[in-house]
Amino acid sequence: MRVAEAWRVALDALRANRLRSALTMLGVIIGVASVVLLVAIGTGTKQKVEQQVEGLGSNLLLVVPGRIEVGNAPVVSPLTLKDVDAVNRVVGDPDRVAVTVASGATARAGGRSDFTTVQGVLETTPAVFTRSLARGRYLTGADVDTSRRVAVLGDSVARALFPDRDPLGQQVALAGVRFRVIGVFAPLGQSLGVDRDDEVHVPVTAAQRLWGTQRIDGIAVKAPDRERIDELGERIVAELNRRHPDTEFSAVTQQQILGVLGDILGVLTGVLAAIAGISLLVGGVGVSNIMLVSVRERTREIGLRKAVGARPRDIGVQFLLEAVLLTTIGGVTGMALGVGTALLVDALSPIPAAITWWSLALAFGVSAVVGIVFGVVPAQRAGRLDPVVALRTE
Amino acid sequence: MTEPAASGPHGGERAPAIEAVDVSRTYQLDGVSVAALRGVSLTVRPGDYVALVGPSGSGKSTLMHLLGGLDRPTGGRLVIGGRDVNALAPPEMATLRNETIGFVFQAFHLLPRTSAVENVALPLVYRGVSARQRRERAAAMLGRVGLGHRLDHRPNQMSGGEQQRVAIARALVTEPTVLLADEPTGNLDSVTGAAVLELLEQLNEESGVALVMVTHDQEVAARAHRRITMRDGVVVADSARPPGADTDPHSAHDRPPSVDHGRPATLVPAPSAEPRSASGSGPGHPSGGSGGAAGATGRLPREAERPQADPREARDAAVGERAAERPGGTT
Repeated sequence: MRVAEAWRVALDALRANRLRSALTMLGVIIGVASVVLLVAIGTGTKQKVEQQVEGLGSNLLLVVPGRIEVGNAPVVSPLTLKDVDAVNRVVGDPDRVAVTVASGATARAGGRSDFTTVQGVLETTPAVFTRSLARGRYLTGADVDTSRRVAVLGDSVARALFPDRDPLGQQVALAGVRFRVIGVFAPLGQSLGVDRDDEVHVPVTAAQRLWGTQRIDGIAVKAPDRERIDELGERIVAELNRRHPDTEFSAVTQQQILGVLGDILGVLTGVLAAIAGISLLVGGVGVSNIMLVSVRERTREIGLRKAVGARPRDIGVQFLLEAVLLTTIGGVTGMALGVGTALLVDALSPIPAAITWWSLALAFGVSAVVGIVFGVVPAQRAGRLDPVVALRTE
Repeated sequence: MTEPAASGPHGGERAPAIEAVDVSRTYQLDGVSVAALRGVSLTVRPGDYVALVGPSGSGKSTLMHLLGGLDRPTGGRLVIGGRDVNALAPPEMATLRNETIGFVFQAFHLLPRTSAVENVALPLVYRGVSARQRRERAAAMLGRVGLGHRLDHRPNQMSGGEQQRVAIARALVTEPTVLLADEPTGNLDSVTGAAVLELLEQLNEESGVALVMVTHDQEVAARAHRRITMRDGVVVADSARPPGADTDPHSAHDRPPSVDHGRPATLVPAPSAEPRSASGSGPGHPSGGSGGAAGATGRLPREAERPQADPREARDAAVGERAAERPGGTT
């Protein structure tokens, strides 16, 4: 039997039982659609996070006390502004060095309040982290030097405290101490479920005075070029180790963060795809089941075809093609459904979704393979039927 | 071994279409051997017109399946179209059936939802004939059986007689050497059955295809040129009648049993009645929608073509194995 003929026969058989074929396909459709959708969400999340990490600014080097490892307890930072001076000397350019000392605090203004993160920073922060302002100005060196009580609000904080008026020039109380608003950040959006606009920047000196501390939590350095970033990190760590022999320090680059995040999100995507794959497998079992029913139902037809000269292989191929058609039509429909849903999710919800060609190819390939794997047993059974018995079947 | 009778214009001159030598067929049922055929020898020559008769359970159907290459003997030698079936693998058997045998069944066995012309073309599909040629040849064959005007009708739009004609066209479209008909008129009323029988005889006459027909109907059997009677898995009589001599259907051309191994007949269980087969209620059944459909096309069959639902006509599709399952079943 010619291949084109076999396809036509298989298609006719599916058409003859439209509802049953559609329901059988539904299992595959749901399986493939969930694989495509979940992989799209995983990939979209990964892309967005990577984008945001890269958006921190390129060639970024973060220096923190302690070793960066999962499960390590945070170390109380021994760093002070004197250490920052030492780092400045290593780097050779103070404009490339930013610091932070952060703590949660309640911000109040005009009867409204908002719990937010207050960050004590240097005037270099916008240059190092590539931040831009929507309104007003950022902190200056003079603000830092004189511990001036001025604040730059994140977009969310500005909206929460001043929903109906211009925050610039207004007073805001941070942990009970009044600061004057001098600027508002341009919005950044969310990252991994964290609102990145929920923060207030004040001069590091003012923050230290506010909390009665000398410490700073971490130092960020924007390296002049990518090639020397690791070497620069080692030199900074060496200098800090010399100054604080009891504490270990770590320097992490953006690439390392990306790598770690990518690994985590890759595993997450894989787990999601595997869960969806299980439903595809269940769909395949449904196909196998229906094909066995179909073989039994059409036993007389099989007997007749054999009587007029169909070889076992012809019959087997016919039923195998039928199974493969079920799963591939289901696969294509599922792909369309998955892509459509992913685009909707991406457009209408905060969850990002990105369609990748490999996930489509994989879903289609897997559905075809599922058809072959789950069609083989019914096809073999059909091919091996004894024509005498088959013709007598009622 | 039986000396083949001169059973037609070409009888005895050509190589045999089918040759069975001491063929037996034993079924294993739950560890018990049941002999359906116990040493049958016969030769079918091109152009033969043979009626295979005998009571239910006599082994007619089993012999038919063997002659058609649907089954293999467990003993003896069976040569179909010059090929020893015991030496053939299943795919080769399929090709052999396709090339040398045409089947006509009591229950028609047409594919539902498939047009007449496509049903007829089915054997050519497995020959790799192109779609256009298939349609041409199938249409020509349907013309020969008088259905040239119903090419695209489906089985459920046709009467029983028409369906059997489609089945005959399908059996002959490959130009086989042997046409095996298992109770071809069993599901038809007498008028329609007679017409179908005439068609078979005419085709046998014209094309020289050997016609081997299993039948319960003595009148039908009487029209054959040769009559093989079976009982208890052996041939008890093999007569040859010259063509055209249908004056006395029971003429004394009957020979003594050609094969007699002297085994007691009691070894074979009592024949049992086969329950009504799906052929009476299946999609091919003409009494359902055929009238309406035929009426819709303005082609009401002239004769009321109705299948006979006569329980006495219970087919002996029950070969030994079936019979063994219900010993003592009522007939």
